[in-house]
Amino acid sequence: MSDAAEGGGVGEPDDAEGVFGSGVERREDIPLLTGEGDYTADVSRPGMAHLAIRRSDHAHARIVDIDTSEAEAMEGVAAVYTGEDVVDSGVPNSIPTAWMLPGLVTPQYRILATDKVRHEGSGVAAVVAESPQRARDALDRIDVEYEELDQVTEPVEAVEKDVPPVHEEAEDNVAFDFELGDEEAVEEAFADADHVASVDLRQPRIVPNAMEPRAAVAEWEDRTEKLRVWMTSQNPHLHRMLLSAGTLGVPENRIEVIAPEVGGGFGSKIYHYPDEAVTAWCSMQLGRPVKWRASRQEGYVTDCHGRDHDTTAEIALDDDGTVRGVRAETHAGLGAQLSQFGTATPSYLYATVLSGQYTVPAIHCRVVGAFTNTTPVDAYRGAGRAEGIYVIERLMDVGARAVGMDPAEFRRKNLVQPEEFPYESAAALVYDSGEYERAMDKALEHVGYEDLRERQERLREEGRYLGIGVANFVESAGLSPSGLAGDLGSQAGGWESSIVRFDSTGTLTVMAGTADQGQGHRTTYAQIAAEELGVDLEDIEVIEGDTDRIPQGMGTYGSRSASVGGGAIARAAREVRSKAREIAEHQLEASSEDVVFDDGTFHIEGAPDRSLHIQEIAHEAYLGHDLPEGMDPGLEETNFYDPENFTYPFGTHVAVVEVDPETGETSIEEYVAVDDCGEVINPMIVEGQVHGGIAQGIGAALYEGAAYGDDGTLETRRMDEYAVPHATQLPDFETDNTVTPSPHNPLGVKGVGESATIAAAPAVVSAVVDALEPFDIEHLDMPITPETVWRALGGAE
Amino acid sequence: MSEHEITLTVNGEKHELRVEARTLLVEALREELGYTGANVGCETGRCGACTVRVDGDALKSCTRFAVQADGAEIETVEGLSEEGELSGLQASFKRNHGLQCGFCTPGMLLTAGTFLEDAEDPSRAEIREAIEGNLCRCTGYHNIVDAVEQVATDGGGESL
Amino acid sequence: MHADGFEYHRAGTVEEAVDLLGSIPDAEPLAGAHGLLPRMKTDEESPPALVDISRIERLSGIERDGGSLTVGALATHADIAESTAVREHAPALAEAAGAVGDLQVRAGGTIGGNLAHGDPRVDPAAAVLALKAKTTLRGPDGERTLAASELFEGEFETAVGADEIVTALEVPTDGAGTSAYHKRRNPLSGYAAVGVAGYLRCDEGAIEEARVGVTAVGPHPIRLRGVEAELEGASAEAATAAAAADRVGESLPASGVRSDPYASAEFRSHLLSVDTEDLLGGLLGDA
Repeated sequence: MSDAAEGGGVGEPDDAEGVFGSGVERREDIPLLTGEGDYTADVSRPGMAHLAIRRSDHAHARIVDIDTSEAEAMEGVAAVYTGEDVVDSGVPNSIPTAWMLPGLVTPQYRILATDKVRHEGSGVAAVVAESPQRARDALDRIDVEYEELDQVTEPVEAVEKDVPPVHEEAEDNVAFDFELGDEEAVEEAFADADHVASVDLRQPRIVPNAMEPRAAVAEWEDRTEKLRVWMTSQNPHLHRMLLSAGTLGVPENRIEVIAPEVGGGFGSKIYHYPDEAVTAWCSMQLGRPVKWRASRQEGYVTDCHGRDHDTTAEIALDDDGTVRGVRAETHAGLGAQLSQFGTATPSYLYATVLSGQYTVPAIHCRVVGAFTNTTPVDAYRGAGRAEGIYVIERLMDVGARAVGMDPAEFRRKNLVQPEEFPYESAAALVYDSGEYERAMDKALEHVGYEDLRERQERLREEGRYLGIGVANFVESAGLSPSGLAGDLGSQAGGWESSIVRFDSTGTLTVMAGTADQGQGHRTTYAQIAAEELGVDLEDIEVIEGDTDRIPQGMGTYGSRSASVGGGAIARAAREVRSKAREIAEHQLEASSEDVVFDDGTFHIEGAPDRSLHIQEIAHEAYLGHDLPEGMDPGLEETNFYDPENFTYPFGTHVAVVEVDPETGETSIEEYVAVDDCGEVINPMIVEGQVHGGIAQGIGAALYEGAAYGDDGTLETRRMDEYAVPHATQLPDFETDNTVTPSPHNPLGVKGVGESATIAAAPAVVSAVVDALEPFDIEHLDMPITPETVWRALGGAE
Repeated sequence: MSEHEITLTVNGEKHELRVEARTLLVEALREELGYTGANVGCETGRCGACTVRVDGDALKSCTRFAVQADGAEIETVEGLSEEGELSGLQASFKRNHGLQCGFCTPGMLLTAGTFLEDAEDPSRAEIREAIEGNLCRCTGYHNIVDAVEQVATDGGGESL
Repeated sequence: MHADGFEYHRAGTVEEAVDLLGSIPDAEPLAGAHGLLPRMKTDEESPPALVDISRIERLSGIERDGGSLTVGALATHADIAESTAVREHAPALAEAAGAVGDLQVRAGGTIGGNLAHGDPRVDPAAAVLALKAKTTLRGPDGERTLAASELFEGEFETAVGADEIVTALEVPTDGAGTSAYHKRRNPLSGYAAVGVAGYLRCDEGAIEEARVGVTAVGPHPIRLRGVEAELEGASAEAATAAAAADRVGESLPASGVRSDPYASAEFRSHLLSVDTEDLLGGLLGDA
């Protein structure tokens, strides 16, 4: 077998050369385009029953009594369970937090509530029936008697005096009180500074709204005592571990978690929710497969929300525009329970990026994490970093006005310079690499910044209000290495695992511990393996999302798949290549320095006819007849890769908007994104990630935002009440990039999943505020709806 | 509640089935007949993931009772490609990276394909209006608009 | 999110539909299902029986005959938006139908159901008011005609009797007037946040007849009589629009202006003034 025998697939290059870095079409697409791909809700098992969960309509109430008798008596109902039934079964029944902070209060978190419900949507009973319709009918026949309690939904209010505690363990509703930075240095900087500018801001709750609602199908097999769970998961191994050690107590080696096609996640499918545990528990009780699928309405009140920050931030400046210091005090709503990374997101992931791309000599941040009677809050695309960059970018705007500088020039003046990398920020991070000004220049050039400013002036004279918003961002991505994450409180590793295996006929199988929800991993991972091993893409199979097929993994979150997951693949592939080389040297009877590897072929330098293709070597490795002395047969390697450090994607986004002061409408005239995610594996996919990220950032800036009513229940609980942007609400996007490789991983990649969401919200807010500068508007809170603008301009007066 | 014997012809194949009056068309297609290509994303008629064609019209199949469609010709995403060959629109989505997680894609294809049958040289704004009833959370729509526009430019009509 | 069970009946003729509605307590007619079904899923409505009228022949055509346009109750929004006759003779109705929901909703929803269901946010209602259209109803006592201004009585309440169905919409087209509809879309729901339809007939530089219908502002679609009074007899020039729009407040519902997550009552009232002025300005420009 040789290269020549292999043809290229449709839309894929004929050989491996140049595959890394080219926009090959996705191998994921055909099943998704033809409807053949199976999402969890499409999974059906023989004898399967259907679960529906009765949820609390109250934000805060004591459960007095649950009468399930009428529901149980219904035809077609297999069983009805309450939280007490779960307790009585003796399973561990505890959803753990995965990130500890000093002094953190960690209340019990059961899979069905027993004593109290602490947020609307909290599960109180479960019905298993022969059809989903029947299960939902039976829900209405369960009679739950509640004693309503006072509730609190806002984080600032939650920690005030005499507010009813969400948990008895935290009388003051404070889960943690976190500090980062040097308070003394900051006080000095502020005392010495020529100007201090400040902003009070609120970052509202975002409901992730992945298009596919969460779902699980659980199949307990009595005979083998094995539990198989298909579910909407970004990290099946993490779910396996938490189902085992946290909620169900089934030994980890007897649980298989499968994430089939997953319809978007954006963070919301990282976490172990009560629902999949209840599904699995019901299957164990009944000895038959059980399916649960959230309705969209359930999703609104149960999928972890994002953001929910209240912040007062200040920036200290010199007359010439030099930033001296930044300080921020934030109240972060955590919801009623601690979701796994709900504590990490508003603390380390947030406070550490508060210097953004700038030299900020002194930083101090305090975050009070508050329990509230709301849906738990956890990482949503951009998690923590989005909130932090939003704060510093808003400060850079108010700072520019305070010193009378153009906001772009003011930013430029304070940028960290290329020669300063690795750059240790005052917020405890070491940035890997960056050429911030290059990306910024490129973005400003795309929009024609100087001309735009002139146009803005002219239009203002006509009573039209153009705004230009520039947002620079840098984010910490990857959440590795394990040791560093552990020092900060993580209860999980930060590595990723991969197996790269040649099969005996020369095909290649790559197994990855990450899990795709639309990112195209199977395509990009094949590109990495093709590059490393010189094998045609069509000979490479990538397997993800099944814990029985891929022994270990951490999953997909924090923009880590390309850098950490891809790194593990590259390293495993290199180990494979190195073993193959030894076999080649042995069989070609040549010494190491004489053998070169080129596009999949080992040959003797100067004698290209004496060669062996790596796929032929694979055959030899499994034949085992003629291997170097002492070498074990086979050609596969497992790699656990723990990177040296986080990676730091960065870039500049520019939004150009026009705001109609009469109707408050904002229209986005132009949107330019220049991103630097290090080396690019597949530019088409990277661009897609940027597009989607911008959409979610614009969504947050202009449209989205969950609101609770006076009774503590969600007011925005349906798609006609919460604005997931439609096609008509978004502009075309112009994207470009620069490439500054990360030295922290073998591929030089930085990750791109979250970048654009982080950048887009501050860019758009900045643009709207810039448009309204003639009206002395310094800041507007998201979402900047038409009514927000109208009120800010005094329309209501 | 009443139950009804109905006939649905899905992608040319005739099916006879018994449904409750309240059974939604999307439930009949997915749960009774196994056409799981149409996805349920919101149940409120807002997301469009369940869009199928009923007698040629693109409709959200969560907003029609199955019994109402008795006797109808229904086209789902499973019927778009023939013998493994992607349709022009499907291929364009692939070429333009017009899908990521793919959950909205079946509905998007059916809506856009229906639109393209009558659209003459549509602008990007018109394409955006046409897919207004189909939400996508992954792509930001830009590449979907590209994919539809490319088919329109290359001579729409036979996109499905 | 699922409907309670109900009895389903299919009517083959108008007579059969009326009989069924008359004989089954609390039965509701079902056509495109776009208004009713979503509310059944949320338990806002739970009729024990539905009478499917969608297959009744001869209820879906659009015809122009002499001085009026007859639109069958089962005509879909897409049918109306694309009809050359409607576009030519009742542009406000064509524009309103074309602004409904989205492509799928326009293909599935019918004009009869849209008007009879009484949702206060529907686009065609504004046009129907401005165009002084009439609805034709059939009930056990035969046919009757309702003026548009008599049709809408409250939120999800119309003058259509429990055992009646809407069979057609009659739009007068004899005058030389112009009409238009402006929708400010609530991007969340796809319904109007504010929808304004205007009809003006001018003669020798003066406005002879003016009607303004609005939707999504009150518990039901309404006419802006004060605005109309300001317009009638005034000169057909752009400045008139502003003066007329100043009188929007006179006709706002006593029960209060609608408020929802997209726009408070206050803001909605403001938008109504802005949009009324814009729409009238455009019509006066054309006149």
